[in-house]
Amino acid sequence: MSAKSLVEEMKRGLDAPICLTWELTYACNLQCVHCLSSSGQRDERELSTEEAKKILDDLRDLQVFYINIGGGEPMVRRDFFELLEYSVANGIGVKFSTNGAFIDEEKARRLAAMDYLDIQISLDGVDAATNDAVRGEGSYDMAIRAMENLKAANFGQFKISVVVTRHNVSQLDQFKALADHYGAQLRITRLRPAGRGADTWHELHPTNGQQREIYNWLLKHGENVLTGDSFFHLNALGESLPGLNMCGAGRVVCLIDPIGDVYACPFVIHDEFKAGNVRDEGGFAKVWKQSDLFLSLREPQSAGACASCGAFDACQGGCMAAKFFTGLPLDGPDPECVGGDADEALSIISRGSEPKPSMDHSKPVTLTRKKLSVSASH
Amino acid sequence: MSVVLESVLEIHPQVAVRPETFGALAYHYGNRRLIFLKHPDVVTVVQALNDHPDVQSTLNACGVTQDRWPSFIAALSSLETSEVVRERQIAS
Repeated sequence: MSAKSLVEEMKRGLDAPICLTWELTYACNLQCVHCLSSSGQRDERELSTEEAKKILDDLRDLQVFYINIGGGEPMVRRDFFELLEYSVANGIGVKFSTNGAFIDEEKARRLAAMDYLDIQISLDGVDAATNDAVRGEGSYDMAIRAMENLKAANFGQFKISVVVTRHNVSQLDQFKALADHYGAQLRITRLRPAGRGADTWHELHPTNGQQREIYNWLLKHGENVLTGDSFFHLNALGESLPGLNMCGAGRVVCLIDPIGDVYACPFVIHDEFKAGNVRDEGGFAKVWKQSDLFLSLREPQSAGACASCGAFDACQGGCMAAKFFTGLPLDGPDPECVGGDADEALSIISRGSEPKPSMDHSKPVTLTRKKLSVSASH
Repeated sequence: MSVVLESVLEIHPQVAVRPETFGALAYHYGNRRLIFLKHPDVVTVVQALNDHPDVQSTLNACGVTQDRWPSFIAALSSLETSEVVRERQIAS
């Protein structure tokens, strides 16, 4: 079977997700300006420990190999380690994303002693000024301290996870050097206009020229750098980047949010992309296998306005979430279409008329956002 | 080492295989790699490796006709490279 027909098979959906993200909590000690889930405050409807374990039982039965845990900041949950241990004991590997605030020396040793565990420390700048403008004051030091502690505890190869923005594209080589310094692996992902990111995307997303820089950089370093296959829209520039060239939403990917709602992917927390709730009868398995939304996403999708473009096979029209939250039609070009085919449509969408995320758990005061509006260059 | 008919193989103990309509997904918990087994017959053979003395007897047992052996040897070789299968360790 060729790689292309494999992708066609995957578009029809899998018996269970390959890549399942589970945001454990909306609570967070930080208030990053691009937070996909608009996190900050805990939701009182948050899943209990017992409910969370029930989900892990379901995922084990579905033979989900590993889960990506995030938040909010997942380590603020008091049962965080209990859930980690329960997951791994059931043969479900865990990758979790954290800002590092709670990885002190003792926790680092505890994490280092566990099998089938990957840790992603979020960092969006190689210096405090660049990082903290997006992730909040003190967050750079927080992340570096966590890395030092993991290194001292001989955790092994953790990951440094970077959201690529206009302000850190020029630092890619330095991120790689930082990762090498810690014996870590670099992971870079695309900025999505989801959650609070919908408010800051226009100021933060890489320029067209920078997109080519990212593409060239990935062609050179791609084999050793993780991307979550998030830059497939750049494939329209030429040779394909490593990874799966397709939108996996509802087909191979999905999100379980802290209150058990299941969304098509981590970047579309919006009612329109909500497939169901794990608390419903039949649990997660029924949502994955039978929800109307997921079944419709597994039908052939129209290329729409992109049908006549020679690059469509390469870029697949890009990211559904990026189109949705910038107000673009889903069967048209990605807002960061490298051919510039979305530029005109974007220019006539009045700012503020785009769909808004269905929930907002932001804390009332967002100092970082105020800071950003002063420091951001346009 | 490349796979031959006389090779004695087993599924790598750190690998989980999940059947899918196109074949199966294999996940290696050690190197965290996801591998696609793109043909249901290859999946059948891989899952039967442990029950037979060598590759040739596994292919026979799974009803794979001789004309298809070269492609199965190639598939198993690539699966050995990605550590989905390995030389069988002597059972203790």
